Amino acid sequence: MSGTDTPTTAPAVTRAEYCVLACAEAWRDAGEVLASPMGTVPMIGARLARLTFAPDLLLTDGEALLMGDVPAVGAPPGVVEGWLPYRQHLALVATGRRHVMMGASQLDRHGNQNISCIGDWRRPTRQLLGVRGAPVNTLNNPTSYWVPRHSPRVFVERVDMVCGVGHDRAAAAGPSATRYHRLPGVITDLGVFDFETPDRVMRLRSLHPGVTVEQVREATGFPLAVPEEVPYTRDPTAEELRLIREEIDPRGLRDREVRA
Amino acid sequence: MSKDKTMTAEEVVGRLRSGMTLGIGGWGSRRKPMALVRALLRSDLTDLTVVSYGGPDVGLLAAAGKIRKLVTAFATLDSVPLEPHFVAARQRGAFELVELDEAMMMWGLTAAVHRLPFMPIRAGIASDVMTVNPSLRTITSPYADREELVAVPALRLDAALVHLNRADAHGNGQYLGPDPYFDDLFCEAADTAYVSCERIVETSDLLKDAGPQTLLLKRAFVDGVVETPNGAHFTSCAPDHDRDEAFQRHYVAAARDPGAWREFTARFLSGDEDAYQAAVAAFHEEEA
Repeated sequence: MSGTDTPTTAPAVTRAEYCVLACAEAWRDAGEVLASPMGTVPMIGARLARLTFAPDLLLTDGEALLMGDVPAVGAPPGVVEGWLPYRQHLALVATGRRHVMMGASQLDRHGNQNISCIGDWRRPTRQLLGVRGAPVNTLNNPTSYWVPRHSPRVFVERVDMVCGVGHDRAAAAGPSATRYHRLPGVITDLGVFDFETPDRVMRLRSLHPGVTVEQVREATGFPLAVPEEVPYTRDPTAEELRLIREEIDPRGLRDREVRA
Repeated sequence: MSKDKTMTAEEVVGRLRSGMTLGIGGWGSRRKPMALVRALLRSDLTDLTVVSYGGPDVGLLAAAGKIRKLVTAFATLDSVPLEPHFVAARQRGAFELVELDEAMMMWGLTAAVHRLPFMPIRAGIASDVMTVNPSLRTITSPYADREELVAVPALRLDAALVHLNRADAHGNGQYLGPDPYFDDLFCEAADTAYVSCERIVETSDLLKDAGPQTLLLKRAFVDGVVETPNGAHFTSCAPDHDRDEAFQRHYVAAARDPGAWREFTARFLSGDEDAYQAAVAAFHEEEA
């Protein structure tokens, strides 16, 4: 599963590190916007992006402070450059100057996401977090998804409760729903996905090295769009690997979210 | 000088009635008015409609069967993603839920503060928030864009309960942590508002070590002030105290088992606030 071009002096690139890199890539060219990563691997990815190819990103400490530096995950910022309490954060969503990467308990081929509950909403078999900010996020700022364990339980035909709005639902609702609606992609422990098909359905964009198309198909509960040629997720540079391992996540928290 | 509004948590609860709509400040497991919630748990009040960015306030009230209807976007303990009592209560269909997006909540409270019937928002359309709340309506922009937006109804409250770091006896409330959350909106959206605080100080001391922007609550919107040191426990109340993670873990473990929950209730929730704080201190001595 490791990359083939890894320097022999460093341990091989792990799956978690490919995931970090793929998450970081989501914020490439995002410009001077708030990166809102939810989950450990996206958080490491956002920090990697800011330290390398997306230096203009704004990052929070997970609460109300905008960080002027890029500390290791779990460590407080040494420099604070701004203040973003919840009410300003929710208002900032409406400005569109934000790219959020949310989790998904269920996700369908159109990009409809569920984090609220499993089963009948009126009396769920499994209550989850609740709808949170998924409806406002998806109609106002770019929203990507991170799924640390790609499985048919997550990638389903139909989600039980549409929290984050997918392409079909947005199109059916009309211009006020589609105006700022953008789902750049989905990153999982198996690969990277986008919605770049004529009918805007989930398509395999790249495989993490060591993963096969067959493996992804089996782990997906709906027919997945797969182009003829599927590239591998790119290898991190030596400097990117050093930043991940030594600066951003020296405690190896990424390995708790994505197992080798 | 304006009047002295200091009172006890019991006096606050004495002014509330069953069937009321209560707004509870804070966010998740952060700066929740837990001493006031515990006083509610000791009362006969029931049949409440609770509006909250949900944390253990929602969990405890749900476990005690106090909630008839809950208005929220989520319930979480932050460091523990799912609120165990909220989860259990939903799965047994214990209360009616109005599940709104968290920005919709903010604009619903804002509409109530502004005495408007609704606020327009680009959120909810195309999501199942519209399906599970069939009473939600959209509105078409009267301008050339003709955009269709959701009209979030005002979330008017009978009473608000919030916890701040400091207050004076007249109801001027001060937060010293990183986030005001929506506590001023809750108070201004309510017919009556009660603030508990870590410490009541003289008005002249409020700005000794802090800037004027920390003065979140204006006394015109506050009806009662309660001094409850460690009153947000076990949620965070920075900089006075952090979240009590060890105790929160204990709460979560207990909430997942009926027998353990009976023990938890007997040990921590059967006496008054002083008894609660003493039991928490004893818990930490045992853990040490």
